Amino acid sequence: MEKANEVGIKDKPKSREDVVIAIKGLKKSFGEKNVLKNINLQLKRSENIVVLGRSGTGKSVTIQCIVGLLRQDAGSLKVFGEEVSEMSDKELKQLRIKIGFLFQSGALYDSMTVRENLEFPLTRILKLTDQAEINKRVEAALESVGLLEAIDKMPSDLSGGMRKRAGLARTIIVNPEIILYDEPTTGLDPITSREISDLILSIQKKYKTSSIIITHDMECARMASDRVLIMNEGEYIAEGSFDELHKSNNKIVAAFFKDIA
Amino acid sequence: MAEQVVIPGWKKWFENIGDQVWFFFKFFRNIFTGGFEWSEFVRQCYEIGYRSMMLVGITSFIMGVVLIVQLRPTLVAFGAASMLPRTLAVSFVREIGPVIIAIICAGKIASSIGAELGSMKVTEQLDAMEVSGANPTQYLVVTRILATTFMVPLLSVIGDAIGLFGGFLALNLRDNMSFQLYFTKVIGSLEFTDFIPAFIKTIFFGFAIGFVGCYKGFNSNKGTESVGIAANSAVVTASLWIFVIDAIAVQATSLLFYN
Repeated sequence: MEKANEVGIKDKPKSREDVVIAIKGLKKSFGEKNVLKNINLQLKRSENIVVLGRSGTGKSVTIQCIVGLLRQDAGSLKVFGEEVSEMSDKELKQLRIKIGFLFQSGALYDSMTVRENLEFPLTRILKLTDQAEINKRVEAALESVGLLEAIDKMPSDLSGGMRKRAGLARTIIVNPEIILYDEPTTGLDPITSREISDLILSIQKKYKTSSIIITHDMECARMASDRVLIMNEGEYIAEGSFDELHKSNNKIVAAFFKDIA
Repeated sequence: MAEQVVIPGWKKWFENIGDQVWFFFKFFRNIFTGGFEWSEFVRQCYEIGYRSMMLVGITSFIMGVVLIVQLRPTLVAFGAASMLPRTLAVSFVREIGPVIIAIICAGKIASSIGAELGSMKVTEQLDAMEVSGANPTQYLVVTRILATTFMVPLLSVIGDAIGLFGGFLALNLRDNMSFQLYFTKVIGSLEFTDFIPAFIKTIFFGFAIGFVGCYKGFNSNKGTESVGIAANSAVVTASLWIFVIDAIAVQATSLLFYN
């Protein structure tokens, strides 16, 4: 079995700063259910990691721990070299500015227009007051996801794909260094899924972001990943490039790739 | 296989009380820390106050008419028909107006806040706000609780006025009483000790409506069914709190002003 902690990372980072997220022995339980049993992960600068796994194996719980929405029971979780569980509320808030999080549903604030959704982090987090600067940044973010025409629409007037793109624009508007994608293509048709995957790649190139992408979409995994991790029952069981894992003999890994030509 | 741990009901009850106390302190801490969300506060005042005015007005008007129609035969039988304006004024301003209006507001406002925040939780909007580094308590909770605390007393005053006007119309139609005579009798029978304690308790009613709505919405589970449960639970709990606050307020007022 290709254990993640046994495989290791082939290209060792040159310095500590090259690793933006370092997770070691992460454990998390909900009541009697051990959701995360032993998570080990290193995300390097400008790297895209795709995490594959069956529903309920703890993929989303891992990224929720990274942004401090959930607190781990044991193990170490360092982002930019700082232990997340030891951060004060103020430090956590500062950290969250550097991490973008794209939710499965897009999570647009449905009482606000797309423009107001994008203005929200600029005025509340970056504390921008110059309306011309705000407008410029909103329009630039929407343009980079190809959604400028929907700037004054309400989220209820947008399609699923448009909502995801608007959510992505809201995520990138504060120039995060890391983006965590929670099933970015779920519920979308194949064409829109491909567009979103393209967008993820172009954002990585344009903004030099590091990303963890949780998905069930193998096409998205193929297009967007530098490295793929397979998660099963609360731990990573395999790690490698998409093509390496495609050739794997491991039964669980092979099950994910069986429909891939 | 591990045995399922069953948390005793009393422990859950205490956990719930602890959560509410924590939520209460978080609300107060967030009023004074960080920037106040004025635009959202004004929007909520409009949504909560202005948009409830029609419902409060119609209900109060009907209550005024119904009270006169119901009280009249009894007072006439005792030869005290002239006491009708006074009876209506004192009972409406002291008790019936504030409580009925607060219950109406609990039904309309607490449920809408509970459902709105509950659905924001289900659709991960609360998490999105939290992970973006913004403060959902400051933006959503502080503004809503302060808006209900300001608006419910205002609605109550407006409702009192409309209810008394409804009473006048009923009396005018039955006994041909002039507005001047009715107005003189109503104003003459009301004292500050009738109005001020009633006004103060509506501030607490408003706070309870906002607080319960926000708490239930914020703490709903992540499922579509939870939105309905949060809205329903917000109405029931807020209504119960209104009666508890009313009972305490009546006792306090009685001790301070009427003994």
